[in-house]
Amino acid sequence: MSAYQLNYLEELEAESIFIMREVAAQFEKPALLFSGGKDSITLVHLARKAFAPAKIPFPLVHIDTGHNFPEALEFRDQMAKEVGATLIVRSVEDTIRVRKLTEPKGKFASRNWLQTYTLLDTIEEFSFDACIGGARRDEEKARAKERIFSVRDEFGQWNPKLQRPELWNIFNGRIHKGENVRVFPISNWTELDVWNYIREEKVGLPSIYFSHERELIEHDGQLIAASDFIRLDPEDVVIKEKVRYRTVGDMTCTAAVRSGANSIDEVINEIKATRISERGETRIDDKVTEAAMEDRKKNGYF
Amino acid sequence: MNILRFITAGSVDDGKSTLIGRLLYDSKSILADQLEQLEKSSAKKNDNGEIDLALLTDGLRAEREQGITIDVAYRYFSTPARKFIIADAPGHVQYTRNMITGASNAELIIILIDARQGVVEQTRRHSIIASLLKIPHVVVAINKMDLVDFSQDVFNNIIIDYSKVATQLGLNDVKFFPISALQGDNIVDRSEHMAWYDGPSLLQFLEEVPVENDTNLKDQRFQVQYVIRPQTDDLHDYRGYAGKVQSGIFKKGDRITVLPAGISTTVTAIEIGGKEVKEAFAPQSVVFQLKDDVDISRGDAFVNAAEAPELKSELDVILCWLDDKPLQTGNKYYLQHNARTIRTIVRTLEHKIDVNTLQPLEITSPVTLNEIVKAKLKTAAPVVYDSYDLLPANGSAILVDETSNSTVAAVLFR
Repeated sequence: MSAYQLNYLEELEAESIFIMREVAAQFEKPALLFSGGKDSITLVHLARKAFAPAKIPFPLVHIDTGHNFPEALEFRDQMAKEVGATLIVRSVEDTIRVRKLTEPKGKFASRNWLQTYTLLDTIEEFSFDACIGGARRDEEKARAKERIFSVRDEFGQWNPKLQRPELWNIFNGRIHKGENVRVFPISNWTELDVWNYIREEKVGLPSIYFSHERELIEHDGQLIAASDFIRLDPEDVVIKEKVRYRTVGDMTCTAAVRSGANSIDEVINEIKATRISERGETRIDDKVTEAAMEDRKKNGYF
Repeated sequence: MNILRFITAGSVDDGKSTLIGRLLYDSKSILADQLEQLEKSSAKKNDNGEIDLALLTDGLRAEREQGITIDVAYRYFSTPARKFIIADAPGHVQYTRNMITGASNAELIIILIDARQGVVEQTRRHSIIASLLKIPHVVVAINKMDLVDFSQDVFNNIIIDYSKVATQLGLNDVKFFPISALQGDNIVDRSEHMAWYDGPSLLQFLEEVPVENDTNLKDQRFQVQYVIRPQTDDLHDYRGYAGKVQSGIFKKGDRITVLPAGISTTVTAIEIGGKEVKEAFAPQSVVFQLKDDVDISRGDAFVNAAEAPELKSELDVILCWLDDKPLQTGNKYYLQHNARTIRTIVRTLEHKIDVNTLQPLEITSPVTLNEIVKAKLKTAAPVVYDSYDLLPANGSAILVDETSNSTVAAVLFR
């Protein structure tokens, strides 16, 4: 093998850095959507490498549902500080109050859907013209069809039938006033690629990605953290288990997996061995219909 | 472990989705919950109790309802040997646009042929796109061998027919595989039904096909994407030119020429991710520091003067039209050549190219969606480019409609 060949992680990194730089160059007010989860942590790490030795030339934005894991929030603040980036946090709680939105009801009432309101308000407040997100095409069927530069109309809506052709490595970020672009630099990465990259680059992660003891309830075969955000019914039994999280979303809609994995190597081995997909195992919001993600994206979701 | 990006092309019902489903399924990239979903959807669609692997690749509701593929979808799977990125492009006539999109980043194309049908018009069309976009490796997968009794004669006759097409189009690296995507013959493992076939399975070939020679490491080409200026106390005078090495190898100390200005200077440092390196090669994303304080901005090219690219503002191009609105000669468009955007007009149209025969066609009607045309562009400033045939990484661009902002054409420089 020639010395002048990149391995798969180096090639993915080079591509993602190229995309980050296109965003900084083509847009006036970009932002990076940062939740403190592994995919957006990877984005921040890539952005840092893309613009070194300068600081990341755009703010990090978190749409806080109020249902986040405290460990992820702590990590979010720490990482933003460490890379010297501006962190903007806007809360779904405020949107609900100001806009008099109706909170979803039920046992695992999720604010996932309501995030879109806060996101669109934040885009308007700061006049963001591009939002960098950590979505990957291997996550879900509708995402497999989305472009790396995904143009959204004034309502934040994705129109799958009117996507711009995306050829070679040429990204057309030209938009009309009021429109914005969602950019997905790690589109071509898989869950395992992200983990392997994190291992290779020694990127830090919130503690909940590793084995820890937690109080949970078991519902429909999924382990949900016993928090103030879910309704505990008389028949629910709170159990204590050693678990870790495979994805980090809201406490109300992210399920834990039983695990004793304390290191990245152990986590990677478990992911390699699992027979269940990331979203299937850990997201209770995608189970509703086959087109759940497609519908949310059409309404302005990430 | 490296990456192979490939595209699959076939007519409707050639079994393209089934092939992709089979590759994902047999390489264990489909997990239990996805399988469960698939079983449910299969039961809804057919009542024969079999899993419909094609349903795996239909992403959008309309596609599932109509049983067609609307848009390019990307699929991923890995084996210990390689990571694979599949561009799954639709087969019908009206979606040639998506095939060009998917093919633009592919190092290999799998063209599916139904063993019962042989080489058809769509086969020819997909091969023409492979030839036009210079996809380095062509795989012809002759599918549904189970429906022709795994006949060697059928296979050989299709090879003879297709070889004529390949010769005509100048496709050099063509490999043929007799497969049944539905039953899994010669996909991951060698088929037990075709003892006469002694080549590798399709997956084995995809794992082993050498791709390292596909990257041009000879001609130095780099384009500035973004200028990094930290403007901090300790890095007060730092200026870094960030971008991707399109081709060739750059070394610290290299004498380079900045185009279009034509100024010569020396590379004093190369950085990747904030760390200094001695050399950089395609397709790395890097930062260059230069000896002289030259006025450089986004879109400027760094090249070796001895093997310089073209520098012209009257350009001979091939346009693949991708928009619903027809091409308007005399209209202004933006020519986006990687990081450089220049205003341009389509000055004259020479002739259309028949996508079924590659023959020139006289222009008697406007150039519309999915048509290919030879044209002359006039740009507001000189473009630093190479011929697509010689150096695709610096030979391609897009046209953007300045009123709708749509990407309306793929541009290949001649």
